[in-house]
Amino acid sequence: MAIGNVKEFAHLTDEQVEDLGRRFDAIRSSIEADLGSRDARYIRNLIRVQRRLVVAARVTLFASAFPPAWVAGTGLLAVAKILENMEIGHNVMHGQWDWMNDPEIHSGTWEWDTTCPAEGWKHSHNYVHHTFTNVLGKDNDVGYGILRVRPEQPWHPFNLGQPVYNALLALLFEWGVALHDLDIEAIRKRRKDPAETRRQLKVIWRKVRRQVGKDYLVFPLLSGPAFASTVTANATANLIRNLWSYMIIFCGHFPDGAEVFLEEELEGEQRPQWYLRQLLGAANFEGGRLLHVMSGSLGYQIEHHLFPDLPSNRYPEIAAQVRELCRTYRLPYTIGPLHRQYGQTLRTLLKLSLPGSSSQRRRRGEGRRAPRATIEELRRYDGPMAPQAAVS
Amino acid sequence: MSARTHLATVALGALTAAAGATAIEARRRVASRGIGALRPDTDLVRQVVARMTTPLLPDDYLHLLNPLWTAREVRGRVVRVVPETEDAATLVIRPGWGWSFDYQPGQYVGIGVSVEGRWLWRSYSITSAPRPDQRHFAVTVKAMPEGRLSGHLVRGLAPGTVVRLAVPQGGFVLPDPPPPRLLFWTGGSGVTPVMAMLRTLVRRGTMPDVVHVHAAPERSESLFADELRALADQHANYRLVEASRDRPVRVGDLERACPDWRLREAWVCGPERMLDDAEDHWRRAGLGDRLHLERFSASRTAEAEGGRITFAASDRVVEADGATSLLEAGEGAGVAMPFGCRMGICHTCVVPLASGAVQDLRNGDIYRDRQGIQTCVTAAAGDCTIDI
Repeated sequence: MAIGNVKEFAHLTDEQVEDLGRRFDAIRSSIEADLGSRDARYIRNLIRVQRRLVVAARVTLFASAFPPAWVAGTGLLAVAKILENMEIGHNVMHGQWDWMNDPEIHSGTWEWDTTCPAEGWKHSHNYVHHTFTNVLGKDNDVGYGILRVRPEQPWHPFNLGQPVYNALLALLFEWGVALHDLDIEAIRKRRKDPAETRRQLKVIWRKVRRQVGKDYLVFPLLSGPAFASTVTANATANLIRNLWSYMIIFCGHFPDGAEVFLEEELEGEQRPQWYLRQLLGAANFEGGRLLHVMSGSLGYQIEHHLFPDLPSNRYPEIAAQVRELCRTYRLPYTIGPLHRQYGQTLRTLLKLSLPGSSSQRRRRGEGRRAPRATIEELRRYDGPMAPQAAVS
Repeated sequence: MSARTHLATVALGALTAAAGATAIEARRRVASRGIGALRPDTDLVRQVVARMTTPLLPDDYLHLLNPLWTAREVRGRVVRVVPETEDAATLVIRPGWGWSFDYQPGQYVGIGVSVEGRWLWRSYSITSAPRPDQRHFAVTVKAMPEGRLSGHLVRGLAPGTVVRLAVPQGGFVLPDPPPPRLLFWTGGSGVTPVMAMLRTLVRRGTMPDVVHVHAAPERSESLFADELRALADQHANYRLVEASRDRPVRVGDLERACPDWRLREAWVCGPERMLDDAEDHWRRAGLGDRLHLERFSASRTAEAEGGRITFAASDRVVEADGATSLLEAGEGAGVAMPFGCRMGICHTCVVPLASGAVQDLRNGDIYRDRQGIQTCVTAAAGDCTIDI
């Protein structure tokens, strides 16, 4: 088992890895069996609130020539866009709500309020990133093809400009996401069929035209004399959404403790090993319920990666079970306050803009090997996610 | 539809600088089960407003004001629940935007109801005559033993409940004008589609020569018993022959009750056994083309391990066992199946299940028609059709 070479997992026997897999499966089935009206109410209410916010924002901005209305309208619109993109759109497109069998809230039909077409997102994110999470050379989310976020990535003089690229990416995040699935690196290295690139560009262009038309033409025109102030308000709302989603998303895999993997570590990978890779590849942050909803529940990045298609309102209870499992099996569980997680990300980005430590594989807690969980400890373990208990 | 879209697109081009792409809406409309286009003028207004609501449709906002104000997923409000027998009820439904009253008597309609957060769909015969002036239609539902949804509809549905509606369909219909001589042979709740036909004939005031052989359980449980008898009293042309279910009506009884059956165009709806008998009988008489049969879908989709998978849009059919995923089966048959992680997490491979049942290979759950399914972790459970 190749993932056994990863230091964090070296203390686990094959049987323990299998057992962990069963316990993660059991968490999934116990949640699935419990999904019902309460969950459906959560997403429907959230969508209702979000759409009311949009209407309130757009109506307020008709008066955007009046500064307090500009501020209020911009704020409302930014919140509405953040909610739509993060807790609603991202999670719906993951298929978290497909179980409701409602084509209006379904991964197959959802289109979100951003320039990135749902089709491209579902490929680059749901499939590539969530299947090959943090595997160097396979997961494009490791630095998004322009940033050096891991010492394992070779340094290039291009990386000197990293602080600038990072700032630009934060400001223009929506556009970075829109172009992400094109895989610029593959185009540059001529690894991609130009016909496919043209097709993707056409889809992106169609979406961009509608999004830009709405925010910078249709609503400003409808505002009449408030044309210019509506343009600036909409641009500011988009910018706030960009900065916020950039920060939340960069805290998912780049803080200290979230690890990357080599392609050879995928060798012979089955479901249990895949779970372990998700566990080690992601980082959580702490916060209240409101912060979690506003960040699309990505403060539960670990749980999101273990169970990307379970409804996000269930992540808090899943997290309690996952943490308990990690304690029992002495596995790392990376979590910290949002400011610390982002601070670590920023420090890494700046440090890695300079050459160094490229061949070295840095691992958390180097030299400090976790003791193997004893059979006795495992036997004593009969938490709520013990497979027998949960399945019955 | 294409002419309307064209008209709307041309007009739209003149109206806004950012004119053109309606692809997102078009895709949604295909993906949703909505009936879609309304009148051309309303369609144009919607497309203009859609410039403001993109990437959503105006309907996505409007249905929050009034659940019936959307044509994306056609909705209806249950205005009355009329108990018919101990285990059957008629639901009178006021349909919302996008519904068309040009259904034909004898057709059935899919009704979606949210039960514990999930939309469950079943089809029921429309029992009312098509009457747009009344702005509602009726279906009659019999609670099946073990039928979770039918039981809920008959006993648990409160007036005011919003349901979803599919497009009425089915070829078991009464032509207009009707043939001069008809035979209806019905058993139990098989009377429901024929009820719509009879009511239509009464409404038009042109009752042809009808013989109706109806086998029903005891009087108290018999659907529409009083209405059928009243019809027989009022219309000399309508002859009702009632039989008890205790002694099933067989083909021999039918010959006695209606000796001139060969001269009549026949509509038969009832239990499986009765339908098989009728099919056999008419075929042997060389009159198969005069017989119309309605088999309720429940009997068509027996669950099994594996089955025949039809890939509707690709026009391929393949037999697969209960361990072969739909994805593998499709790829084996050369269908261009969408795929992703192949482990059930990324939802790239979701395609609509048009009919039949599939089984989740992870937990054994059965999914029935009218929903999106992950083909990489589901296998056929009996014959099924998927839209790819």
